[in-house]
Amino acid sequence: MKRLILILTLLASPVWAVQPDEVLDDPILEERAREVSAGLRCLVCRNESIDESNAGLARDMRLLVRERLVAGDTNEEVVDFVVERYGEYVLLKPTTGGSNWLLWGAGPAMLLIAGGIGVAYTRNRAKAQPAGGEGLSAAEEARLKELMKDQG
Amino acid sequence: MGFIPKPMITELGHFALVLAFLVAIVQTVVPLVGAHKRWPGWMAVAEPAANAQFLLVAFSFAALTWAFVTSDFSLRLVVLNSHSAKPMIYKISGVWGNHEGSMLLWVLILALFGAMAAWFGGNLPPTLRARVLAIQASISVAFFAFILFTSNPFLRLAVPPFDGQDLNPLLQDPGLAFHPPFLYLGYVGLSMAFSFAVAALIEGRVDAAWGRWVRPWTLAAWVFLTIGIALGSWWAYYELGWGGFWFWDPVENASFMPWLLAAALLHSAIVVEKREALKSWTILLAILAFGFSLIGTFIVRSGVLTSVHAFANDPERGVFILMILGFFMGGALMLYAARAGVMEAKGVFSMVSRESALVANNILLAVSCFVVFIGTIWPLVAEMFFDRKLSVGPPFFNLAFTPFMVALGLILPLGSMMPWKRARVGRVFRPLIPAFVVAVALGALVWAMQTGRSALGPVGLFLGAWLVFGAMTDLYKRTGGSGLSRLWRLPRADWGKAVAHSGLGVTMFGVAGLMAWQQEDIRVVQIGETFEVAGFEMTLDDVQRVQGPNYISTMGFVTLAQDGSEIAQLRPEKRVYPVAQMPTTEAAIDYRLLRDVYVVIGDQQENGGWTIRTFLKPLANWIWAGSALMALGGFLSLSDRRYRVAAGARKQAAPVQGVPAE
Repeated sequence: MKRLILILTLLASPVWAVQPDEVLDDPILEERAREVSAGLRCLVCRNESIDESNAGLARDMRLLVRERLVAGDTNEEVVDFVVERYGEYVLLKPTTGGSNWLLWGAGPAMLLIAGGIGVAYTRNRAKAQPAGGEGLSAAEEARLKELMKDQG
Repeated sequence: MGFIPKPMITELGHFALVLAFLVAIVQTVVPLVGAHKRWPGWMAVAEPAANAQFLLVAFSFAALTWAFVTSDFSLRLVVLNSHSAKPMIYKISGVWGNHEGSMLLWVLILALFGAMAAWFGGNLPPTLRARVLAIQASISVAFFAFILFTSNPFLRLAVPPFDGQDLNPLLQDPGLAFHPPFLYLGYVGLSMAFSFAVAALIEGRVDAAWGRWVRPWTLAAWVFLTIGIALGSWWAYYELGWGGFWFWDPVENASFMPWLLAAALLHSAIVVEKREALKSWTILLAILAFGFSLIGTFIVRSGVLTSVHAFANDPERGVFILMILGFFMGGALMLYAARAGVMEAKGVFSMVSRESALVANNILLAVSCFVVFIGTIWPLVAEMFFDRKLSVGPPFFNLAFTPFMVALGLILPLGSMMPWKRARVGRVFRPLIPAFVVAVALGALVWAMQTGRSALGPVGLFLGAWLVFGAMTDLYKRTGGSGLSRLWRLPRADWGKAVAHSGLGVTMFGVAGLMAWQQEDIRVVQIGETFEVAGFEMTLDDVQRVQGPNYISTMGFVTLAQDGSEIAQLRPEKRVYPVAQMPTTEAAIDYRLLRDVYVVIGDQQENGGWTIRTFLKPLANWIWAGSALMALGGFLSLSDRRYRVAAGARKQAAPVQGVPAE
């Protein structure tokens, strides 16, 4: 037990995401701060925003965001300021600039392609002549029936 | 007797694994040759080999479990991941709470599915059966080699320490104890669909019967994936301390992509079975769905994409899995390219029909999976090809992925009620008008009640109601509108479909509600102080240090009251696991139908008060209730006598008539 207490005192207690002392007095400004920090990545964490993170660096960044907001920056200006300082790695929502158009365009482009193929395929099916009756051939129909009977 | 058998068991476990590896090689080669040459004796090897392989791996797994249960600290793995003071359930879950053990669980499930295919595959044509079992065994061979050469769980230590280093405390949790087994049942279950697809490509034949055989396996895999993902998400909700339920983390995406493709595969296999169309697409989906399972394994095991969950990662192992992935995907896709042409569609259908609705379903699911994939690997691609270090986080996925789910929800009730071959939208929509009107009215009501907030909540409510009432309408229509007594006599598959689709609606509503209407409060509270959050009165009665079995806890005693009457006593905890040197938070949650109150205790402040974070989480339970409904729907369908996997086994003796010997 003594050893445990010793270890306990040695263990660094985790710093908590958004501490009460960080919260700004102006609720509107605070809400904007939360919004901005939810989109900024904690640099030393794995896939966490600074709003969620317990790391010390995240706290520093949260305070920085609030400082800029209090100084009168718009949300975009705060984000630009942080990006300039830490690189675009901090952005959880990647920009649309440069090669990132591939990322943003991939989904819609794929939807168009897949939709086109889907429509073409369906058209083709609509025009096709029923091959050997509707769907199954007589032999296959019999076989399927046999299988169904077997399983029932 | 404790002294001699213990080491023996470990060595025997290792030996059984080596034997299983050899059996799997035989099971790959002999039946494939046999099926090609039409030698019945060679084909017949597959079945006993599948059984032997399963028994050997099961023994090996049991041996490792035994080492964990008895805290055999001469095993390196046990030392690294266990501790004698750990509760029994976590000693057992510790077996798969690490890289080596989880891979052993992986091959155990792989061999289990192979053995099940042997047990229940009595009605398959002999050549197809031999080939399916052989392909399944070839996957085993790859993973046995992976374990034996890079991740041997049975390594000994020359000097065993007194006690172990404990399992990562975050993993010492009931939700997470069973999250990996379910997830693996899902991942690995998709290997069956893959084996069936490759075997069919070798046979050069895909027909209605093939669609029928492959569907229960896919459905089972999908159900297990659903449960596994839901457990993981629920765990994240109550364990990580701020009530997030989905983070678009690479590892989560790794499990979500196969889920999306398995859902697509389930639906396209229906078209193959009922209408003999979409054959080559279904084969491709089956290959890709398992491919994404392998990609998921690669992502988790290699640590290429760093994430919260990845334990043990190692470049050598990553390369090995990449080789496995390359071999199976490359081989299967080449076979596909060579053979897909022979599978021509037979069913004819018009632009508006059940078939075309299912094509739309497949497009939405597959493209949404593609979006998740691109988002997941983009940081890697950007760094490698464009020299940019960037992140792709939740804001991207929420924006790029959600529209697909909204579209899916919109068309689902219509599509699921369309007749095969030819349909008229007006006619299908008419019975759905009440459901639609109610859904719109609910959405509009909520829209009017909340001012100045996001549209997410109302849209989610509309979609949820539309899906649930749509599914009910569908069920009612199936009775021919002739009274409720016939409802109970509907086939279970009809019920399964309605329940699963309603589940999707419930989950969508829960996700939207939670994201739109969550409230949060952070403050420093003195002991004895009462404060108000979102209409609740909370009192911090006391904070105590409590000693757990292998942790020390700082426990808050919080009384939750509303309108002066007490609702619940909440015990948020902050734990420290001294052995693993890790703190965890245990949120205290008052679960209710319409909302959770979620309380987290933080640090003591200089003025003696404690940081208390309180969240009001509306509809949180609906997310997992919906997932449970989806899984239940899957089980209902599986238990339908027409699809029962076991059905063939009883009739094994009776030879199937009319199967061409080819």
